[in-house]
Amino acid sequence: MSPGEPKQSCGSGRAAADRAHAAVTAERSAPRLSPGRSHRAALHPGAWWLWAVSLGVAATRTTNPLLLALLISASAYVVATHRSPAPWARSYTAFARLALAVLLVRVLFAVALGSPIPGTHTLLTLPEVPLPHWAQGIRLGGRVTAEAVVFAAYDGLKLATLLICVGAANALASPTRLLKSLPGALYETGVAVVVALTFAPHLIADVQRLRAARRLRGRPDRGVRGLLQVGLPVLEGALERSVALAAAMEARGYGRTAEVPARVRRTTAALTLGGLLGVCAGTYGLLTAAGGSYGLPVLLAGVGAALTGLRLGGRRSPRTRYRPDPWGPRAWLVTGSGAAVAALLTLASVRDPRALHPGVVPLVAPTLPLWPAVAVLLALLPAFVVPREPS
Amino acid sequence: MIRFEDVSVTYEGAARPTVAGVDFEVPEGELVLLAGPSGVGKSTVLGAVSGLVPHFTGGTLRGRVTVAGRDTRTHQPRQLADVVGTVGQDPLAHFVTDTVEDELAYGMESLGLAPAVMRRRVEETLDLLGLAGLRGRPIATLSGGQRQRVAIGSVLTPHPQVLVLDEPTSALDPAAAEEVLAVLQRLVHDLGTTVLMAEHRLERVIQYADRVVLLPAPGAAPVTGPPAEVMAVSPVYPPVVALGRLAGWSPLPLTVRDARRQAPALRTRLSATKPPAHTPATGDPATVTTGDPAAAAPADQGTTPATGTATTPATGDPAAVTPGGPAAVAAVPAGSRVAGAVRVGAVVPRPRGQAAPTPGRPPHRAPRTPVRRSFFRRRPAPAQEPPRGHLAEIRALSVRRDHVQALRRVDLTVAPGETVALMGRNGAGKSTLLGSLVGLVAPASGTVDVDGAVPLRTPPQDLVRRVGLVPQEPRDLLYADTVAAECAAADRDAAAAPGTCRALVSELLPGVADDTHPRDLSEGQRLALALAVVLTARPPLLLLDEPTRGLDYAAKARLVAVLRGLAAEGHAIVLATHDVELAAELAHRVVLLAEGEVIADGPTAEIVVSSPSFAPQVTKILAPQRWLTVAQVREALR
Repeated sequence: MSPGEPKQSCGSGRAAADRAHAAVTAERSAPRLSPGRSHRAALHPGAWWLWAVSLGVAATRTTNPLLLALLISASAYVVATHRSPAPWARSYTAFARLALAVLLVRVLFAVALGSPIPGTHTLLTLPEVPLPHWAQGIRLGGRVTAEAVVFAAYDGLKLATLLICVGAANALASPTRLLKSLPGALYETGVAVVVALTFAPHLIADVQRLRAARRLRGRPDRGVRGLLQVGLPVLEGALERSVALAAAMEARGYGRTAEVPARVRRTTAALTLGGLLGVCAGTYGLLTAAGGSYGLPVLLAGVGAALTGLRLGGRRSPRTRYRPDPWGPRAWLVTGSGAAVAALLTLASVRDPRALHPGVVPLVAPTLPLWPAVAVLLALLPAFVVPREPS
Repeated sequence: MIRFEDVSVTYEGAARPTVAGVDFEVPEGELVLLAGPSGVGKSTVLGAVSGLVPHFTGGTLRGRVTVAGRDTRTHQPRQLADVVGTVGQDPLAHFVTDTVEDELAYGMESLGLAPAVMRRRVEETLDLLGLAGLRGRPIATLSGGQRQRVAIGSVLTPHPQVLVLDEPTSALDPAAAEEVLAVLQRLVHDLGTTVLMAEHRLERVIQYADRVVLLPAPGAAPVTGPPAEVMAVSPVYPPVVALGRLAGWSPLPLTVRDARRQAPALRTRLSATKPPAHTPATGDPATVTTGDPAAAAPADQGTTPATGTATTPATGDPAAVTPGGPAAVAAVPAGSRVAGAVRVGAVVPRPRGQAAPTPGRPPHRAPRTPVRRSFFRRRPAPAQEPPRGHLAEIRALSVRRDHVQALRRVDLTVAPGETVALMGRNGAGKSTLLGSLVGLVAPASGTVDVDGAVPLRTPPQDLVRRVGLVPQEPRDLLYADTVAAECAAADRDAAAAPGTCRALVSELLPGVADDTHPRDLSEGQRLALALAVVLTARPPLLLLDEPTRGLDYAAKARLVAVLRGLAAEGHAIVLATHDVELAAELAHRVVLLAEGEVIADGPTAEIVVSSPSFAPQVTKILAPQRWLTVAQVREALR
């Protein structure tokens, strides 16, 4: 349009070409410079899961809302800095929403159904529904005390924190990536489990699509009836897809087995079965009063036998691993930080139960205990030791 | 490499074999194309190579299939995994892991290759298929062409000697299809891989084939031979072959290049006998054509949308007819224009209410000289109906889906009787645009108006009488377990007289029994059933999403006839398609989308002629002249 434009666009075109060229050379040289670093995950997925599960354990040790909030913030910070741009990382938002819903439901129940917590600060009085005598012990409506609501909120927050920790694990490392670390003998079962798990999201997507399609037939696309009517087609579609996937997996060599001498096969079976029996007997021994002496050794022997069985069983599968995730010092640091948080909070809950479980009767404002708070901050360690994923 | 010895396959419960007397051999390093109408058992033959038929599907296989010396009777598919790589119709159903790199490694892991070997082959394959930039990407975020390449790559890494592909390019846009075919070509030429593939879109693949195995009819023995010989007798053939047969060229050309060498005589004949039929229509459209999207978009918005479509053709009309040449030519359109105008006048006031009297019209009109109609049809309709020049109007529509800007300030108007083709890459926003016309997609900004209603806020039972959409997967529309039940439900949904839908089905799909399960219909039949269901409510605006995916040429021709009839009745039709031949045959206007923006909007001839990837074969062959379809040429030669 303007006389200057062609020139300008030409210039920008050249600049773009230069950039593209630079990008290409960068891409070509990248693998040479840092083999395996650029696109692979920076950390073993197991480390992320252990870290997140440890935080979850820590959350169960306290009801102090300040500590729980600190835990949530710490995990959220790590997720915000380290989650991958992959679609499954978006599940964090879903988990956060679910956590909020759990918290609200818990409080609503306390309000509507009453609570065993005795309280004196009446917030409001709901009309109480008289129930027949056989429903004694259940109350609908009635007095709502501040103590009951606060107690429910503390409790709900604990559950919510737990859920958010699981969400963090999902966002930081997809469960499928964990699969790669399974022992060979369990790998194929693991694949089957993961395929079954992805069935659910596909099913939900199908339901949404088919409900939307009802609109095209001139039927209401909302409501329960709509959901029921698409049920059969959805299941049919999901089943067909599963069969197609199974065919593809079969054609790609899923389930190939190697020839194993009969002796090894029999040993494997004996070890696995014996090991499992040992685990059962050992656990029983540990839990009963009488078996204190033999419990632990039997349990350990059982675990050992089962592990050997698994290892031998792996020989039947000729699978190899493509670029297994290495478990390096960073993985130790991340796992260690999580474990430290869990251990320190457990310790604190024994030493100083009052600070970690602030009282509701009488109602007092929760205080932030210094040392447990510092312990929780240890959970931030991964944010500083793990390099960020390239976006 | 692959050897079929008198093979027949009978599925359980079937009265007769699906394929019989299959006896051919594919030598090493050849690319062999398996062609034939739908339902002749192409997928069965492909499945027999990988051993999935009969090990996985059940049924009885007689005869013997050997691949690289291994008999599929004694070898399970998983034991053939190192010699045969199979990619099915839907690449998404093929993926086991979530990222590109892991997917490429999966097959090798199953075979137990050494880690160092796997690493090397993954890198090689990433380069070979141009996937290096995508290695860490989650598969769910890839486009259709990229997925297809990853699927091919994932079976290539174990270095199979044989590659089996079922419709590798059907779901792809023209550019992505070429990408995939280039890769196949490279495999065959550089690595000596043997490729056996089935494909309906012969115009895309026939030139790459060394040999063609044609399955002419269900249960009939295959015909094997060089492509040119087989195409001379084949019931399915691409437009270039159709033109070659029409012009009597020998040897039969398979590529545009070969055809162009033989074309000069035809070109002179065509220019001598009659000027190209659609120059009149293309005479005017300088207003909105291809080119700079930034320049085109404001121009589009500048004219008020009501007059946008109405005035452009109208002003173009006189200018167009005068240079149109011989009076004889002008007379023909003039005569039929009157007829067209009357018909539109009869149809347009009808929209709601008295739908019943004319349920079965469209198909009867179909066979009549559609080509001419295509360029005058657009004009009379707006002229007849000044108050409402357009049936659907989209203004400055933006849509966001999953954090992606699917559409950016799109403007589009559709007039009654007009057929518009939406084209563009996979993921350019075509389906989103159609979805917003039926209220499936909520706009982020902008307005959508269909027949005076806002689709998103119109209750479904009201909306079906204004606009109907046949989705990409017609099965999504079908819930019942028999055709009759489906039709009864459609009549109820549309509040139409009982039997309306069944009458439509009988016309679109002669000879389908009432108690057939919709799932047992072929792809084309299912599409026809879904179309009938949608048409039961007589919507003046009809939308189709990728209607020709998986259709053979015969089914496509039937669809074209039906849609032309509907357009002649005054229905406005919008189709999203990758099929340039379909767009050339049907559309009055082509709208090109890229990254959610309209980059070109104008008469079909104008748009497709100027674009190398969207030009149909006939256009390329007769290049300086503007012919679009074989039918046009046939008409002109008559």
